[in-house]
Amino acid sequence: MSVTKTISVIGHRSVNAVWRIGVASRFFTLTLMHSGNGFRRYNLIVKELFSTGVMSLIIIIVAGLFVGMVLGLQGYETLKRYGSESALGVMVALGLVRELGPVVAALLFASRAGSAMTAEIGLMKATEQISAMELMAVNPIARIVAPRFWAGVISMPLLAAMFSAAGIFGGYFVGVVQIGVDEGSFWSQMQAAVDFKHDILNGVLKSFVFGVVVTAIALFEGYDAPPTAEGVSGATTRTVVTSSLAILMLDFVLTAMMFGGNE
Amino acid sequence: MRPLRLWVHILSSSALVEIRDLNFAYDKRAVLQGINMTFHKGKLIAIMGSSGCGKTTLLRHIGGALKPTKGYVKVDGKIMHELSQDGLYEMRRKMGMLFQFGALFTDMSVYDNVAFQMREHTELPEELIHDLVMMKLHAVGLRGTYNLMPSELSGGMARRVALARTVALDPMLIMYDEPFAGLDPISLTVVGDLIRRLNDALGATSVIVTHDVQESLKIVDYVYFMAGGVIVAEGTPDEIRASDKEFVHQFVHGEMDGPVPFHYPGGDYRQDLNLRA
Repeated sequence: MSVTKTISVIGHRSVNAVWRIGVASRFFTLTLMHSGNGFRRYNLIVKELFSTGVMSLIIIIVAGLFVGMVLGLQGYETLKRYGSESALGVMVALGLVRELGPVVAALLFASRAGSAMTAEIGLMKATEQISAMELMAVNPIARIVAPRFWAGVISMPLLAAMFSAAGIFGGYFVGVVQIGVDEGSFWSQMQAAVDFKHDILNGVLKSFVFGVVVTAIALFEGYDAPPTAEGVSGATTRTVVTSSLAILMLDFVLTAMMFGGNE
Repeated sequence: MRPLRLWVHILSSSALVEIRDLNFAYDKRAVLQGINMTFHKGKLIAIMGSSGCGKTTLLRHIGGALKPTKGYVKVDGKIMHELSQDGLYEMRRKMGMLFQFGALFTDMSVYDNVAFQMREHTELPEELIHDLVMMKLHAVGLRGTYNLMPSELSGGMARRVALARTVALDPMLIMYDEPFAGLDPISLTVVGDLIRRLNDALGATSVIVTHDVQESLKIVDYVYFMAGGVIVAEGTPDEIRASDKEFVHQFVHGEMDGPVPFHYPGGDYRQDLNLRA
């Protein structure tokens, strides 16, 4: 009996999981289909760019600054052993533009903007704003979801770039201003070693993918949230957890594809 | 044409909403069973009944948000569940719905809430939209609140702003889901009076789903009583007041006991208290 019950529970959960993936895929397809409508009313995207992008700037810049400062300190300690302190700029810049910039910025974006998107849409559902919109013959996917989706996708690479820029400044501050690494070496070696296509564009591509994934998860969780306080709270938590795991797993896949042992 | 047939023809041609043998179930739980209703143009109709009797589900069928398991809802000659997505949206542009707590868009001001449908569905210049919004807000007595956010309004004011938004495009059919819930006595009278006046001024047809018997009987033309997914009584307010049906009597007079029991069905009380017989 218990074996039957266990199999039944596993089967039920599997069916639910597959069902949910199907619903999420349909939701994502509808969002893309209604994106044209969103772009025609670009003021909606601009408004969302402000709340997702501009409002995330402070946390992104402050975090980038401190990550860069830590990189500067740790990098100096390691490079000093090999007498390569002058390569500190290269280490800080590559670490940030290839890896830490896109990944940490995406994690921060998921916690700050992603959770806010989920909570906002979940609460709109709980207070019947989405039903009201539907009964006013306005498609909520086109009016609410698509502008937020594209705002998130556009914001993410820009925020990652800001994170990397702030991080490089943090590394410069600790390495050059505080410790005394040669300023000329710091900047010139960085300029010589960082390749625009191989390093910077790949980093931008990563952050673009993270932007699509995090925003899609956040919007779907909000739209699919049960219309109760507990439902919205659970959906917000799921957004942060699922997005963070997706970012870290995708980061490995993308890194392997972009830089995997070919150098 | 014989007088009786002529009378039937006149009545049927003036019907804006026809509900015939409507059945609906959530999974296997029947919510609506064989509902038949007719809402004539220009009338204000109330659908009353205790919580969970299927009133809101019925309203959602009229709005085309749910598909019946049997029967149909016909609005303005079109069967709602047979309409395509575009057809449904076209029909909804002729409808307005006031939700229980207003459902105002919390990220927009009062002005933008009322202007929402005008901007979405018309190409009207902003100057004209401004005038129309002010007129709608004036009609509900809240012109002075145009630049406030929904969070700055009281419950009654939010309901009135939502009412202004509902009638923004002068709909032919207005649906109200519990418009009196949670209102103080003054707001309750104001909202009730507005519903009647707006219906008459716009020449619309209105349907109110409500628990509030006394306020509704003052303003409506016809009442349907529902219980357990079926219609248990119907008639004009005077007929309802004079009705000797047990359910109607209990509901209209707010009596604790009657066909609607006070206690939810449960096990033996003594057993639940662990008492021995």
